[in-house]
Amino acid sequence: MSTEIQSTASSQVPDAKGRFGDFGGRYVPETLTKALDQLADEYAKAKQDPAFQAELDDLLKNYVSRPSPLYFAKRLTEHCGGAQIWLKREDTNHTGAHKINNTLGQALLTLRMGKTRVIAETGAGQHGVATATACARFGLPCVVYMGEEDIRRQAPNVFSMKLLGAEVRPVTSGSRTLRDAINEAMRDWMSSVEDTHYILGSAVGPHPFPVIVRDFQSVIGRETREQSLTQIGRLPDTVIACVGGGSNAAGMFYPFIDDKTVEIIGVEAGGRSNKPGDHASPLTYGQPGILHGSYSYVMQDEDGQTCDVHSMSAGLDYPGVGPEHSYWKATGRVQYDSCDDTSAMAAFDELARCEGILPALESSHAVAHAMKVAQGRKAEEVIVVCLSGRGDKDAAEVARLKGQ
Amino acid sequence: MSAVDALFAKLKAENRKAFVPFVTAGDPNLDVTKKLIIELERRGASLCELGIPYSDPIADGPIIQASYTRALDAKIKLAAILQMAQQATSQVQMPVVSMVSYAIIFRHGLEAYVQDAKAAGFAGAIVPDLLVEESAEMSQICQKHDFSLIQLITPTTPRERAIRIAESSSGFIYYVSVTGITGERTELPASVVDQVGWLREQTPLPICIGFGISRPEHVRMLSPVADGVIVGSAIVKRIAQHAAEGDAAILKAVGDYAEELVAALNE
Repeated sequence: MSTEIQSTASSQVPDAKGRFGDFGGRYVPETLTKALDQLADEYAKAKQDPAFQAELDDLLKNYVSRPSPLYFAKRLTEHCGGAQIWLKREDTNHTGAHKINNTLGQALLTLRMGKTRVIAETGAGQHGVATATACARFGLPCVVYMGEEDIRRQAPNVFSMKLLGAEVRPVTSGSRTLRDAINEAMRDWMSSVEDTHYILGSAVGPHPFPVIVRDFQSVIGRETREQSLTQIGRLPDTVIACVGGGSNAAGMFYPFIDDKTVEIIGVEAGGRSNKPGDHASPLTYGQPGILHGSYSYVMQDEDGQTCDVHSMSAGLDYPGVGPEHSYWKATGRVQYDSCDDTSAMAAFDELARCEGILPALESSHAVAHAMKVAQGRKAEEVIVVCLSGRGDKDAAEVARLKGQ
Repeated sequence: MSAVDALFAKLKAENRKAFVPFVTAGDPNLDVTKKLIIELERRGASLCELGIPYSDPIADGPIIQASYTRALDAKIKLAAILQMAQQATSQVQMPVVSMVSYAIIFRHGLEAYVQDAKAAGFAGAIVPDLLVEESAEMSQICQKHDFSLIQLITPTTPRERAIRIAESSSGFIYYVSVTGITGERTELPASVVDQVGWLREQTPLPICIGFGISRPEHVRMLSPVADGVIVGSAIVKRIAQHAAEGDAAILKAVGDYAEELVAALNE
């Protein structure tokens, strides 16, 4: 690979209004403005505060068990025949996914702002568990909004959240998935904004959420970069991550944005087919519009109504995407592709059998795409996949989908 | 001078307050919405706020959310709403403004939306998710077409910011009485009277108060400081409650309720 990617993308985004190029911004009710400004101010102060960074680093090391390994998937590589597939093992984190990187950071911000209650949304339940965990760690009461459909398909995580002391509130409106959980969390925040912080779990929403989530997740890409230099002796040729709202991908990609020899690929959920309603791939099939407080690619009808989407993976079952991904798409820095349910399920099986790792259904989309890309490439080429989470939570749903 | 400006000038001269009902376009159907607009004027409404159904209304409570869902499930499209609005507005004197998400305006095109809404007889728009810092382009277009862009100020809005919002608003200011979503409340916070009192010193624009208002005593509490009161969920709830009984029952229930509040407002 080593050809330079031609792109105008800059890592110096967003601007003061939360714009990544044209994308992002803030489209929310006036009631939330004060809290969003307060969050942006507090985050700016925290970034400059060595004590804040030290506390977060200590938590990441001793509580989350970072750095997570960069692991060479030798048998999977041999199975595919082609480029080397390496896995950034976010599944080894405490709570089993990358989400904890962000929730600990935001929990610290909650305390700094003097707020006494936390709310969150969750799709697959990983962010809900990670938020409930951070709240238990800091003694903060926590309410997690979760779509009824997702409560059904991610039951183990629901139980975990309750064990961790969080209240899980089922969301019965709309499609009863992640999008509606975000709506309900926002509505709670409209009334509770004075004493409550909303720990948003993806790199979506109004400014400053997309930049805060990206920054807290960027530990993934920073470690991957260092580990590549140490373990492989150079940067990877290709970096791949799955994209729902896009938090693990933003964290993986961001530290590589200025490395123009590194090819970056985001993988959306292709669902059942490329027909509207059958997939959750706004970057591949959607267009720019407004959803959940920011301007980004979205699946909408001609009136601007958000469309229902589908993915077998609850964490990717979302009609929008983080604004920085739209920016990276527009500038050509990141290439976005889509992987359907069937291919993701096949990758889930392959990784389990070749490597003894059960990946989350979300991460399976990235693994599937990496397997496809690897097959056409030379053996000295290196592909790093962000294995964003573990698949234990999906075991029952996988059995159901397979009719077992 | 937009139709909204003319209305408040007239009300002021007559020393009257505006009763501003909200109805969801297409709930239970567009024909009833049209009849409701006409009936509400007959029962004393000064201005009508027509809600354009949206799939993800984060400022709305369960009552208005459910009405939006019903309308969208019935496949109510923007084009049909504009057509209905044109027929309704040609049969009433009062201005009608749309309550519409920026997601919808953006998809339609900013200038196209203002032109099409104006052609349908709308006098302005309330865009609940368009903040003052993102509103420059929309504000310019609205000004060009003499179309009111009614902005919202809330209890969480810092004072300096409230002044900035007031300066960029036109028609009237929508003061949100509570920190929260739309929906009936038993009581309104007492502080709203002082806050609106303060705001009045800062701006020549009329101020209407909305969110949570449903009872005659709410209206009596607010009428000394407000130029108008906005009532949404309580009306939408009555529409839903009487939907099964037919058009006449809906019109009567909503009309009687409106009359009760209008009387309290101008006691």
